[in-house]
Order: sequence, then C-alpha cells, then structure tokens
Amino acid sequence: MGTQKKNASRGSEDPVELARVPLQAILLADSFTTKFRPITLERPKVLLPLVNVPMINYTLAWLESAGVEEVFVFCCAHSKQVIDYLESSEWFSQPNFTVTTIESHNSVSAGDALRLIYERNVINGDFVLISGDTVSNMSLTQVLQEHKERRKKDSNAVMTVVIKRSKPSQITHQSRLGTDELFVAIDPNTKQLLYYEDKADHAKGSIYLDKLLLADNPSITLHNDKQDCYIDICSPEVLSLFTDNFDYQHLRRHFLKGLLVDDIMGYKIFTHEIHSSYAARIDNFRSYDTISKDIIQRWTYPLVPDVKFFGNSSIKLERQGMYRASEIGQSRSAQIGPFTVIGSGTKIGNTTKISNSVIGEGCSIGSNVSIEGSYIWDNVTIEDGCKLRHAIACDGVIVKSGAVLEPGVVLSFKVVVGQQFIVPSYSKVSLLQQPIKQDSDEELEYADSSGGIAEISSITHTVDKLNGEITNQPFETQCWPTSELGTGGAGYVWSICEGGHDEEWRHSVAPIPADKLSEAIHAADDDLELTQDGRSLPPSGELKPDSNDSEYDDDGESRDDSIYFGKEVEATFLRAVHENITVDHVILEVNSLRLSYNKVAADCAGDLFYSLMKLALETPQDSASELVQATTNVLAKWKKLLKYYLAEIDEEIEVILKLEEICESTKEFAPVFDKILYQLYDLEVIQEEAILRWDDEKKDADESDKVFVKQAEKFIQWLREASEEDEEEDEE
Amino acid sequence: MADVQGLVNDFATKLSKRKVEGSRETARMTAELLRTVISQQKMTSSTNHAAVLIDAVRGVGGRLIDANPVELAVGNIVRRVLYIIREEELSLQAGELTLSSQDSDREIDEEDDKLFLSSAATYQRILHPPSLATLLGSKTDTPPACHPSASRNHDIEGKADKSPSSLTLKRHIMEAVNDLIEDIKTCHEQIADQAVELIHQNEVVLTLGHSRTVKKFLCAAKEKKRSFQVVVAEGAPKYLGHVLAKGLAAKGLQTTMIADSSVFAMISRVNMVVVGVRAVLANGGVIAPVGINMVALAARKHAVPFVVVAGTYKLCPLYPNNPEVLLNDMRCPSELLSFGEFSDCIDFSIGSEAPLLHVLNPAFDYVPPELVSLFVTDTGGHTPSFIYRLISEFYSADDLALQQKLLPESEHSNSI
Repeated sequence: MGTQKKNASRGSEDPVELARVPLQAILLADSFTTKFRPITLERPKVLLPLVNVPMINYTLAWLESAGVEEVFVFCCAHSKQVIDYLESSEWFSQPNFTVTTIESHNSVSAGDALRLIYERNVINGDFVLISGDTVSNMSLTQVLQEHKERRKKDSNAVMTVVIKRSKPSQITHQSRLGTDELFVAIDPNTKQLLYYEDKADHAKGSIYLDKLLLADNPSITLHNDKQDCYIDICSPEVLSLFTDNFDYQHLRRHFLKGLLVDDIMGYKIFTHEIHSSYAARIDNFRSYDTISKDIIQRWTYPLVPDVKFFGNSSIKLERQGMYRASEIGQSRSAQIGPFTVIGSGTKIGNTTKISNSVIGEGCSIGSNVSIEGSYIWDNVTIEDGCKLRHAIACDGVIVKSGAVLEPGVVLSFKVVVGQQFIVPSYSKVSLLQQPIKQDSDEELEYADSSGGIAEISSITHTVDKLNGEITNQPFETQCWPTSELGTGGAGYVWSICEGGHDEEWRHSVAPIPADKLSEAIHAADDDLELTQDGRSLPPSGELKPDSNDSEYDDDGESRDDSIYFGKEVEATFLRAVHENITVDHVILEVNSLRLSYNKVAADCAGDLFYSLMKLALETPQDSASELVQATTNVLAKWKKLLKYYLAEIDEEIEVILKLEEICESTKEFAPVFDKILYQLYDLEVIQEEAILRWDDEKKDADESDKVFVKQAEKFIQWLREASEEDEEEDEE
Repeated sequence: MADVQGLVNDFATKLSKRKVEGSRETARMTAELLRTVISQQKMTSSTNHAAVLIDAVRGVGGRLIDANPVELAVGNIVRRVLYIIREEELSLQAGELTLSSQDSDREIDEEDDKLFLSSAATYQRILHPPSLATLLGSKTDTPPACHPSASRNHDIEGKADKSPSSLTLKRHIMEAVNDLIEDIKTCHEQIADQAVELIHQNEVVLTLGHSRTVKKFLCAAKEKKRSFQVVVAEGAPKYLGHVLAKGLAAKGLQTTMIADSSVFAMISRVNMVVVGVRAVLANGGVIAPVGINMVALAARKHAVPFVVVAGTYKLCPLYPNNPEVLLNDMRCPSELLSFGEFSDCIDFSIGSEAPLLHVLNPAFDYVPPELVSLFVTDTGGHTPSFIYRLISEFYSADDLALQQKLLPESEHSNSI
C-alpha cells in the first residue's frame, strides 16, 4: 500500500534525476527452458528446493539484503503455484520490501516478459534484472554506483552485466556450472563489453572477432575464464529496446548479442566483475549440483542452511560440514558423511551411509541404504538396501527395497521404483508421459507461436487429472507397465530425445564419467590436429606427440598410427597374460582400441598374432622344436582371442603375412616357419583356403619374397592334394 | 503492541541475516528493544505483574536467541533484564512488607487513638490477612488514583492496570534497564580506568585483531602518561589488526605490526597480552576471535599474563559444551581465498563427487579458563575461577534455560 502511494507521488514529480528513487528489480520466475523436465512439468523451477529451500527464496533474500525495495515477480508457467507460494510465505509482509507479482499466460520468452512489464509501466529507474533461480551474496552498492556514474557521462550505457571469474574445464569446454565455455572481450579500461560468445563451436576451434573491433578499440582483453552471473543492472531503455525489437526473445542470445553486433543506436553494455562475493544461476542439473555444494561449502554465506535467512527451519552445522536439523531420528549405526544436509523429521535406519547429499524434510530412509551425492527432497521413502548415487528424487518418491538408482537418475514427483529394480543412468522418470511433441529447448525459446504454452497448459491439465486419479484410487489398482520400473513401480521412463543423448552427461547431477572424459581428451587432440593442418584426419590416440605430427606426410601419419596401435594392442595383451584377464575382456579392450585408432579387424588380428609370437619367443627354449612347442602352447591358449578377429579369409591371410614378417625379422622363427604354419592350420586358426590363397598371391612375387613359400612348399602341396581329394569326394 | 511486534520482527531478521555485528552493539540494541517491550506491555491482570513481564520478555528473548543462537550477547541481556524484573519485584515486595508493617503499626496507633474504624474494614482485614495489597488498600489515606475496592476485588479487571504496585514495578524496572543500557554504553570507560594500574612503564603489550575495549584500554593508559609499546597481530582473515594499529599510532602509541604466525616468536619479549573477547562463559573460558587461542597458548608457554578485557554484558551463564562447533560461526570461505582462482579445484563435474579442496573459516576460538590470567570487567578485575560468582550476581538461576532447545546440546551428540 505504502509503495503505491509513493509511486503516485513520484509520478507527479519530475522523474529525471530525483534525489532518491527506490531500487527496483524484475525477477523472472520462469526460465523459459525445458532443462529441468520432467520435474518442471509439475512444479515451476523457482520453487524447486535448493538445499531444502525453494530457489526463489535465495533470490528474494539476496535482493532484500542488497537494498532492493520493490520486486516485480514475473510468473508465467505454473504462475498459480508461484503466486500461492509467495502468498503463503512472508515475502509480502516484509518492511521496506514490496513484492508484486505479474502474471502472464502467453509469454514464451524473457523478451515477452520484458515487453509486458514495459506495457505495465511500473519501472521508473535503473533496475536489477534477475532470474528467480539465481543465488548470490554480492553487494549491489558498487555496481549500481558504477552504472549510475557511467550513465551520467554517457547515456548510452544501458546495461551492466555482472561477471565472475571461474575457469572452464579444459577437457569438456564447459564451466563448472555445466554451461558452455564463454568467450568475452572486454575493454580493460572502460570495462565495456565488446564480444560475447557462449555457443562457440569447439569443433572449429576458432572464434572470430570483427576487425573493426580491433580497429576501434586500442586494447582488448579476451577472456574465457569468466562466468556470466545473469545479474544485470539495466536502465529503463532496455525495456523499450525489447519493445522496439519485438523479435528479441532471449536475453543473451538476442538482446545482448544484438546490441553488440548490430550497434543499435550506439547503446553500450558494460561489465562488472565480482571477486570475493558469490553469484551463480541454476541453469541445468549440473549447476543444481554445483551450486548446492557451494552453498554447503558456505561460499554463499550468509545464505547457508544454518542461518535462517528466510523461513527455513533451524539446522545446526556440525563438524566436517554436516548440517542436521534438531528433530531427526538417526540410528546409532548410521554413518552420515561430510557435507551432508539432513532436514527435520527425517528418519535414518541402521548402517545406512550418506555422504555429500541433501536429504529433505520428513523422509524415511531404511537400513543398509547407501546414498552418495544425491538430492532427496521432502517426504521421500527409501526402503532397505537401496543404493543411490548422484540421483535426484523429488517429493513423495518411493524407492522400494533393493532398488538401485544409477548416476544421473532424476525421479519426478511421486514416482515409485519397484523392488530390486535398477534404474539405468541418466534416465528421467515421471508419472507424466513424455510430451509427444518434443520441444527442444531451442525451439521453445525461439517459438513465436503459442505452441509451447498450449503444450504446457495441456500438461498441467494432465497433472491435475493425474493427481486426482492418484488421490481417488489406491496405487496398486493403477496399471503401470511393470517393465518400466519393476514390479509395483509407477512412472514412465522418458526416452531421451535424439541428439540430446550424448550431451546428457554434460548437464547431469552426476560427475562426468571417466570414459567420457578420455573421449573428450581424444576429441581435444583431434581438434588440435584439425587446426594444425586443416584437413580431416583419422582420429588418433593420446600417445601421439602433438607438436610435430603436422610435418608428417599422410603415409608417415598412418604408419605412425599403426606402430602405436600395435604397441597398444601388445600392451593390452601382455596385461591380459599377466593379470589373467579373460578373453572376453581382452576382446572388449582391443575393440575399443580398434575404434579409437580407426583400424579394421585385420590389423587387430595381425597385431595380436605378433604379440602372441613375441610371448612365445620370450618363454625360455633351447632348440627350434621347443620353440615350436612353446608357440603351439601360446596359440592354443589364446586361440579364441585370435579367432575372434578372423572372421574373413582376408584376415587370416593377414596373419600369415604377419608370420612371414616375423620370421623375416627374427632368426629364431625363420627355420620353423612351415611348422608354425602347420600348427596354425592344425589349431584351426587358419583355414586351408587362406593358405592356398596366400600361396596364389605369392606366385607373382619376387624371388626374395618367396623364401617362406618355398619353405612351406611341401605343406601347401599336401594341402592342395587334400582339398582336391575333398572336392572329388564332394563330386561323388 | 503491534509496533512492538514489528520492532521485534525487524530486529530478529537483522540478527538472523547477520546484519548486526559486534556483541556490544547487539547487547545495546537488545536492551533497548526489551525496554520498549516492557514499557508497552499492558498490565491486564493484577495477580502478578512481574510474571506477565517475565513472560513477555522471555517470549521476545526466545525469538531473538533463535534468530542467531551464536550471538550470546542477546541471551545475556535477556537474562539480565529478567533478573532485573525479579529483583525489582522482590525489592518492591520487601518494601511493601516494611511499609505495610509500619502502616499497620501506625494504624493500630490510630485505631487506639481515634477509635474511628469501621467494623467492616476490620472484618475484611481479618478475613484476608496474607494479602499485602489488601493491607495497603484498606489504608484510609490511599492515593486518589487507586480505588480501594479495586485491589480488593480481583474481578474488576479494567481498572487493575492502574494499580500503583504495577506502576512502581514498571517504573523501577525501566530505571534499572536504563541503568543497564547506560552500563553497556559506558563499560569501556570503566574498564579503561583500570588500565593505568595494569600497564607499567616501558612494558610491551601484545594484542590480536581489533577490539574497541582493548583500544580504549590502551589509549587510557597512554593518556595517563604511561609510555609503553604495543604489538598488534593482524588477525587473519579479517585483518582488523591493521585498523587497530592505525588507530593506536594515531594516538601516539609506539605500535609494531606482526603477522599472526609470528606471535610465538614475539611473545618472549612481551610483558602482557591484552585481548578483547566475544563472550565469557560460566567456567571462565572465553569465546574470542579466531587466533586468540594460539596467542593464549604462546603466552602460557612463556608465562606471560593473558588479560581479557570484557564488559559484564559479555558474561554468559552457560557452560561450554563443544564450543568449537556449537558456539562458532563458520564464515564465508571467500574471506580466505578467491573463488575464481580456485574454481577449477572445486569443479564437481570431474572426478569423485567430493570436492578435493575444502575451506574452513571459523570466526571464533574457545580459550579454556586455564589459559586466562585475569578478567578486567567494568566491575573490576577477576580471576577465571571467580566468574561463577559474578554470574550469580547478574543472573537468576531460573533464567539459565531460556528455551528448551538451548540447553540440552548433548541431546544430539556428535558422532565423530
């Protein structure tokens, strides 16, 4: 009430340069993305608990403590839920802090939201533009002052973007928040933002700066270790810009880049870097995980669980970063590890182990459960013997005894996982069926029709219907496909849409698996080569020295490759011999090597055979016959492995050629070539056809090449006769 | 009443958001808030005014303590005010007792002399002999504000709040709380007055961090023409020692700045350690800014007197139970190191889920009573073993447990 009066009085005065304008903020309580699906189908993202407190509370608490006096909360998807929550909370009754909600049902992007706010004409000065999923403890005083001073000097400075230093991973090219690597160019003196690229194509390995940029600015610093905090100080012009350019949808992709590239009216954007304070936005599941951990590690102080910054129940911090509410039932034998938060009313059974996790309120956790790096929301039931690793379980989830949640699993509200059921990695399970129309995040953001909204409303419809169903009838009577989540399970496993599949690990709550990391390292090497000699080459391995290889010609390149591949295969094989690894596993390893070096089965067979022979040579022997015996033993033992790669005649010929090569280079083997060849035939490693074809091929060869053919002449002769006899018999 | 509630809410939010820093400021604000609460409290029931006030103060106090359980000054002041209420009630009762006995004596004389007594009054007095109020009320020359029947007839509630005893009680309490606020404001001076007796000519005094009490204490000695040296340890991670060193040098004191880590090297040349603390516990141990335990140990090793200067409002009637954790405040790691510099060490996406780099930034140290040589308070110097006596002077045993939750800290024992 008070502020409305203030508004009225302010309106009558000259709005320019008033002594004191209350600081306003626009809080977008909708991210306009689908990254948190399927959870966000049932509850808006800003109300999802972050360390047991709905996200929007972090943002509002920060805005209040930073001296913002008037906040407009823009609600779109699930607007009813957001408004209801704010009404039930105490945010509407804070002194010197007014929260006003603006509801919209047809906005599909941040651009639409800002246009709507412009129409309402409620903003009358510089304002803070923030999304409802931002966690920060920065002070706004300095950045506001800088912004105002710049505005005085240059009225075109319409926006100040808050950035923070944070190094992206060199391997995955993404920040610790799971967002893509960001390249920004900043004028070091004025802090003007000159270039902003968050969708750099790493395959290309290069970014393009406009030459004019270099001509106009005497000095530019280019950073890739900056993180965009998505906290913007804007002048009122920003809103009118959005209205003028009605195609602006996305804040960064359209508005910011639009201003930078198109140079509209000479408007300028500046940056403000924060050092000691914290600011980050929850964009995906990875940032949910990272920011939760940052909160637990107290980087966001005073927005930490044991400080009652807003309406959260009292939690005490104990040794090793363990946060526990006072009313919990914990078995004496339960082990609660470091950096764990346990909400009030939760019960934990015997010998249960919990580490690096957040457990909500009113959960009941059985005995012998192991929970690692997971986020369990309120009123979740986890029965005995379950294993959870890096999973998210929303309110009301039931995990029946013995079930296993593998890394990256997301269980939406009230999902039931059946007994002994193993939910595979990165699966997303919801009681709601996956919307058939697969809106990718991009599409929704770009969408100018109201398609996205229609979809959302239809979904909310189904939610209501579904909730009705659940309350009306007991669970058992509902017929869920038993195969999807085990017996007694309830929920649909969402299929991961095409194209998104391989990216799933990037944005999951689970740490990046080691194989993905090594793959990324390989990819990085490839990139390096690509940029060095500018043409496409077969992917090569990590052993490759990366500095000189661009000088090699094609031939040398591939020969090099082969040598490394051979060495790798040999090393793998020897390891198998020494560590008694089963043949199947060796095959798997060799296969992966084959894929990464882009080789065919024949190469594997040849190199494996070479390793076998080398092994035979290493066993102590006195005479040639003993050597043959040793070779036979080794061959007999690893026949299965070799045979796996000998599906075709060509591969068998390759083996013979390899044998020839070995005999050529090692004097021990030279005299016994025919005997080993016979053994190979005898052990059914090589078929007679292969030997015969090898013989045929060698007919036109030089005399020097025929040394071994001659040596095996008798054997081949015998084979020919035998086969002829066979044929005759066949004819009969 | 509504605006009192608003004030309480306001202060509680400030406390919970850590917007009020420093125990002196917190103590003063708490006392002022409680004064408002008492003055606004309506005396609806005449049965027991003190109980009403105690309930009101307890209610507000509980909320304030809940808002920031680590800030012990809030609880101290709440208990002090409760004690004041109890004391005033007692003294009022005692006063009434003596007064009434005098009165009755006089009355008896009057009765003897004048024989003017109505039989009804006598009858009533015989019927209600234990009630002091009735004895007072039946006095013939009562003040006009008080209707004699009001105090006698308990069912007339409306007029009861104007009874003289509630007014005097309230007035006395207000005066005492004002004294308390005055004490909090002036305790620095009282402590500083003792400086000249403790600091001798050409001595070297060491302190850590910044404490206003210590600064006043040292400056007071300087003003009394003592010439001595001060060694200031900078007090990482806040480095408030820099502020103190600057202030002392401005006052003309010979000051040496050292790093916290060189305290041990320096201590053999020091004659006395003077530090300010955050709270003094019932056993004589202290909660002090981080680093002071190290100084205390160094001082003990070299038999240097370790003097704690603290106003009595810092005196806390609680005994420490796991003080390193439960009475501590773990602050933001960014005070220790820059987030950007180490952001790759705390990247959770690679490797195991647990971060390899942990940053701990506790705000306080617990110094056990054995390491403290002397407490200098506004009531004079005391040894750690004497603290329990002081506590019984300022607090009532009934108020030690303000909340149910506060005391039984052993309930959820740590599984380490």
